[in-house]
Amino acid sequence: MVEGLACVRSERELFRDLSFRLGSGAALVLRGPNGAGKSSLLRVLAGLLPAAGGRVLWDGVDTTDRPGTFHRALCYVGHQDALKPTMTVAENLGFWAGLGGGGEVAPALRALGLAALASLPTGILSAGQRRRLNLARLVAAPSRLWLLDEPTVTLDSGALDRLTDLVRRHRDGGGIVVAATHADWNIGACDRLDLGAGP
Amino acid sequence: MTGAFLAIVGRDLRLAFRRGGDTGSVVAFFVITVTLFPFGVGPEPNLIARIAPGVLWVAALLAATLSLDRLFRADHEDGSLDLLALSPLPLEVLVLAKTLAHWLATGVPLLVATPLLALLLNLPLQGWGVLLAALALGTPSLSLLGAIGAALTLGVRRGGVLVALLVLPLAVPVLIFGVAAVDAALMGLPATTPLMALGGLLLAALVLAPWAAAAGVRLSLES
Repeated sequence: MVEGLACVRSERELFRDLSFRLGSGAALVLRGPNGAGKSSLLRVLAGLLPAAGGRVLWDGVDTTDRPGTFHRALCYVGHQDALKPTMTVAENLGFWAGLGGGGEVAPALRALGLAALASLPTGILSAGQRRRLNLARLVAAPSRLWLLDEPTVTLDSGALDRLTDLVRRHRDGGGIVVAATHADWNIGACDRLDLGAGP
Repeated sequence: MTGAFLAIVGRDLRLAFRRGGDTGSVVAFFVITVTLFPFGVGPEPNLIARIAPGVLWVAALLAATLSLDRLFRADHEDGSLDLLALSPLPLEVLVLAKTLAHWLATGVPLLVATPLLALLLNLPLQGWGVLLAALALGTPSLSLLGAIGAALTLGVRRGGVLVALLVLPLAVPVLIFGVAAVDAALMGLPATTPLMALGGLLLAALVLAPWAAAAGVRLSLES
């Protein structure tokens, strides 16, 4: 649940008095032109950016009060893929999954169609494959809240279908998804939030 | 929590080992800097032996600052730092894990290279043990102080020189007690007091540096 959230970047107000509530199985799609604050809102939700006003509540508790509990329930997939080129695909995923409290790497790689690449160094992957590996964290370390920042960028249609399927199953299991996207991405019934027109 | 801590240390060590550049360049810089001194001050064995503790310490200090810039920067640039900050581990513990890995990858190789250079500089044998003990106590402090500098300069595109400017003045106490310990041993005096001072500095850095560095990292995530 979000209450009266505001965000100011470099003295420019991106949004204010933003309030919404997401129950289990809910999805929120953030829309808006470049610079409207979609990524900033996701970073504020994750707790990476401090909110200029308002608060983010998780299970009724302010997320800044108990960040550890919130972080365990959260998986954030940002713009950057956070992969180390000298580590193999399985090692990269294994590290993040282990840190997030998960563990099973092989099923996650299969779910994103990366099983054949498991022992290759990440440095040789294409942009789409890197993105898929980043998204595999969603499967490897199951968490209730997914924060996805432009998850569909660089994905081919096959991978997009897999991702859409993952999102659907996640929501069926009671998970919550907040995704920023400017592409038309059909993830079924969802709330939409249009952020301002940008600068 | 211990598992996550060890996972980060293991990952950073593996990355440092695979890239190889950090450990290699730090040790090579240390060896070359020390080797330059006999050429600079002339081949007078007594003079070189006299300045050996200071030369080794200053060279170790400079070599240690060389690799600090990368401590958080690589993770900052590829987005890993965001995810690390979102792990259940407190940021302070995370900083400690990364600093420990940094010390294992750069500080320990310096220790290994030291006996060779002590021999080169004609350092009397009675000073060797204390020199190694002092470096073993002093270099972790340097890594911890360096973590503060590395975290604070994350927002700067080329922070390398800035890290050195921030960290080197802070490292002066370590240098003073480090050299004092070796000098005491060379004069046949007990080196306990300066070694204990180094230990004290290490404990203080261990307690304070992760907090300061975590605050720096947090600032960089917000920009």
